[in-house]
Amino acid sequence: MDALPDHMRPERSFQGFILALQRFWAEQGCVILQPYDMEMGAGTFHPATTLRALGPKPWNAAYVQPSRRPKDGRYGENPNRLQHYYQYQVIMKPSPPNLQELYLKSLAAIGIDSSVHDIRFVEDDWESPTLGAWGLGWECWCDGMEVSQFTYFQQVAGVECAPVAGELTYGLERLAMYVQGVDRVYDLNFNGREGADKVTYGDVFLQAEQEYSRHNFEYADTDMLFEQFKMAEAACKKYLAAGWREGGNQKEHLMALPAYDQCIKASHAFNLLDARGVISVTERQSYILRVRELAKACGEAWVHTEAGRAI
Amino acid sequence: MPDLLLELFSEEIPARMQAKAADDLRRTVTDKLVAEGLVYEGAKAFATPRRLALTVHGIPARQPDLKEERRGPRVGGPEPAIQGFLKATGLSSISEAKIQNDKKGDFYIALIEKPGRPAIDVLADILPVIVRTFPWPKSMRWGARSAKSGSLSWVRPLHAITATFGPDTEEPDVVKFSIDGIEAGQTTYGHRFMAPSAISVRHFEDYEARLKAAKVVLDPQARKDIILADAKQLAFAQGYELVEDQVLLDEVAGLVEWPVVLMGSFDAEFLSIPGEVIRATIRNNQKCFVVSDPKTGKLANKFILTANIEATDGGKTIVAGNERVIRARLSDAKFFYETDLKTKLEDRLPKFEQIVFHEKLGTQAERIKRIERLAAEIAPLIGADVEKAKRAAHLAKADLLTEVVGEFPELQGLMGKYYAQAQREDASVAAASEEHYKPQGPADRVPTDPVSVAVALADKIDTLVGFWVIDEKPTGSKDPYALRRAALGVIRLLVENKIRLALSPIIHQAHERLHEAVHGRTTVFDSAPGGGLINPRDVPLDRSLTAALLAFFADRLKVQLRDQGARHDLVDAVFSLGGQDDLLMVVRRVEALGKFLDSDDGKNLLAGTKRASNILAIEEKTDKRTFDGAPDASLYKLDEEKALAKAIDQVKAEAGAAVAKEDFAAAMSAMAKLRPAVDAFFDKVKVNDDDPKVRENRLKLLNEIRAATRAVADFSKIQD
Repeated sequence: MDALPDHMRPERSFQGFILALQRFWAEQGCVILQPYDMEMGAGTFHPATTLRALGPKPWNAAYVQPSRRPKDGRYGENPNRLQHYYQYQVIMKPSPPNLQELYLKSLAAIGIDSSVHDIRFVEDDWESPTLGAWGLGWECWCDGMEVSQFTYFQQVAGVECAPVAGELTYGLERLAMYVQGVDRVYDLNFNGREGADKVTYGDVFLQAEQEYSRHNFEYADTDMLFEQFKMAEAACKKYLAAGWREGGNQKEHLMALPAYDQCIKASHAFNLLDARGVISVTERQSYILRVRELAKACGEAWVHTEAGRAI
Repeated sequence: MPDLLLELFSEEIPARMQAKAADDLRRTVTDKLVAEGLVYEGAKAFATPRRLALTVHGIPARQPDLKEERRGPRVGGPEPAIQGFLKATGLSSISEAKIQNDKKGDFYIALIEKPGRPAIDVLADILPVIVRTFPWPKSMRWGARSAKSGSLSWVRPLHAITATFGPDTEEPDVVKFSIDGIEAGQTTYGHRFMAPSAISVRHFEDYEARLKAAKVVLDPQARKDIILADAKQLAFAQGYELVEDQVLLDEVAGLVEWPVVLMGSFDAEFLSIPGEVIRATIRNNQKCFVVSDPKTGKLANKFILTANIEATDGGKTIVAGNERVIRARLSDAKFFYETDLKTKLEDRLPKFEQIVFHEKLGTQAERIKRIERLAAEIAPLIGADVEKAKRAAHLAKADLLTEVVGEFPELQGLMGKYYAQAQREDASVAAASEEHYKPQGPADRVPTDPVSVAVALADKIDTLVGFWVIDEKPTGSKDPYALRRAALGVIRLLVENKIRLALSPIIHQAHERLHEAVHGRTTVFDSAPGGGLINPRDVPLDRSLTAALLAFFADRLKVQLRDQGARHDLVDAVFSLGGQDDLLMVVRRVEALGKFLDSDDGKNLLAGTKRASNILAIEEKTDKRTFDGAPDASLYKLDEEKALAKAIDQVKAEAGAAVAKEDFAAAMSAMAKLRPAVDAFFDKVKVNDDDPKVRENRLKLLNEIRAATRAVADFSKIQD
């Protein structure tokens, strides 16, 4: 770490910050994945978490996931609310006995020293109604700021987790702002350079925030989105139905992943419709329920695949 | 005698669960000990974020021996019965059994001796069971073992168990057991950051002291004391006063093992936000205390946080970090507040047409309209300005749609008041936004402004009638819509403001509208009892609803009086007179009656009336008739009869007049005059005279006593 050039130090650059986390979790034996190539609301939606959390096979992975929350757009005017931001996601199955210690070490790796910072685990029961998932854990606080979510998954996609996986989610922008000491997300130093070479988070994302806020709240084509929701839902069910095979003495499924992609699509279409304010309170519940049904069916299919079933 | 030390060391236990968990641990272990014949001297349990601990002292080293005689089959009984008996009692041959003789013959008796076991072995059996069945409100599985069913579940992963047993003068023994791979021992750990290494502990005194040396304050009360004293001191030193908050203190003490109190500040410009919003922001989101300026009573731009470590930089980084977060939070709050101020309250109302209040009771918009009408109807009856009451009801719920209330639901009403003031509503109208929710319980303040009272009554009565119409009444411990609280609210609003209000017509009006709202809209055709269909529009108004709701009020009134230590049985005596729908009058009657019954006159009259009633009940049964109707004066034979008849007439007239004037004390004084005549009558007059006519007349006279007392209450409903 001493050999690290200044511009790559986690307290100097956003990208250096991310790389420090990547390196740390690689050291813990995680496979370092790249972001999933679909729009999703949180890192948990990545099949490397949702589906891999199911079944008995060990699985340790870490990755950055761009997360889209159409409703959180603020036209680039709010210092810390974004409709597109990065989550850092770690999943370890089974949850290792020292997961809390590993988490604290990862904070040290990004420059958060526990002898001067007040780090706390504050109750937070996590539930994702769209994923049919719940777990118990904490919000992790650093000097009064929530910097991560720490969850022991108990159920995902309606399936009981056996064994339980531990999930860590870091809000990267927020943590980096803290480490860099800036109050506005757009002021984050992205590349760690100074002067003319400096690129800020605003340089990279401010225009996108403005454009997407316009899109999410005002122009997103709702007729098309309603149609997309229906199509994704139908496709998901179709692929699920087509994927079942009688293999040997047990049922197996051959298309859980493509089916699950459609579930992710439906969920994102719903989020956009919700941001556009065209879904009423009562309808909202039924849309969430429809996505959950898809997620559950995908989970059921997954535990009958090579990676999801018992050895 | 030996002591038990038990510690369950885990990852962070939610603050809100700690106190109950400590109590549950103490209760379950000590109950089990007692059930095993191990009567202990004392027990105390503790909780920190990472551990539950229990000390039980003075446990006997061994269970007492048990001796039991068990009766077996008859001597010479069938062989299978004897074999069964031997098996059940553990005797090796029937010759070991005693023979006992009773009326029915000779029986075998087995003397079973069960020697007591060492307490430590008993503990080794019961502790794992207690851990496995611990009543956490929510528990979880973790780690590799969770792959198998039946793995241990705990509130968060459990890491270590300390269990020692022995007299405090000696090296104790470890209670040997293991749960799901965790072996009980005598090793625990200190503060997560300041002293994380393993600590070996022996018994409780040593355990508590070693923890303290390892930066863990075991006793939650001690942590609270430290936080409160330090917070007060810190505020005082800077010329401020801590705004005390017990609930927050309890929570904060559950978030730290080693409390370190620090003070931070925020930009004074945020003080333009209402103090309640600042406090809610800082308290709910950041778990920090606020301080006020003792000179003005207003909040100062300071806050107090409780850290879990003694930072090497003296807390500078921690304070700076918390200040940043609080600045961001207050910026949000300020933005919400200022955004809210840009929209007039009435302009928010159309949105309520989309918001369902209750599936069967329609939208919030419909509800607000009903409350407006009802408030306007109640207003003139209680001396409130009708227009103001209407306006207040119109706006009272509007703040539910504001950003600040969305963020902090507990500020509903209060924000409505601020926004109403900002748009220059009449002071009473603005106040009603906050006050119409009151009183929220037996201890909450009761509003006095007639406008607030009118809206508060309308809101609560609409709620009560609504849930009665759709038959969602409270049952047992279930009262999801807080209807008991609403009814108590109505009672307190009327009684404490000394407002006379006949509730029946109001309930009826609310009922008609809600009936229309609920049944007018239904499109479902229910099948009628005799076949065919009921047109939902034809569902008749349930005529019994008013009486049912009044009975509910009576019930709540009884509970309230009982809680105040007053005689709640008198409520029944007054309500069963019928037609009692003015709660203030009911309470006045109950009070006067209570006082009267405390006097000798009252006690004796009650006894006399009951005696009359009892005699009547018996004779009515014998004759299979009632003795209504006026007695015939010509049939009076004795002076006492005449005197009683005269007293009844006089008392009836006087008490009646007093009741008409609502002077219940005077009515009771009038009643008192009845007493000597009643006493004398029972002394001297034989009711069951040989002459049937005289007898009938006397029974009629007794009936008159009962009738006369009904001017104030139904005496038969009063418990002795």
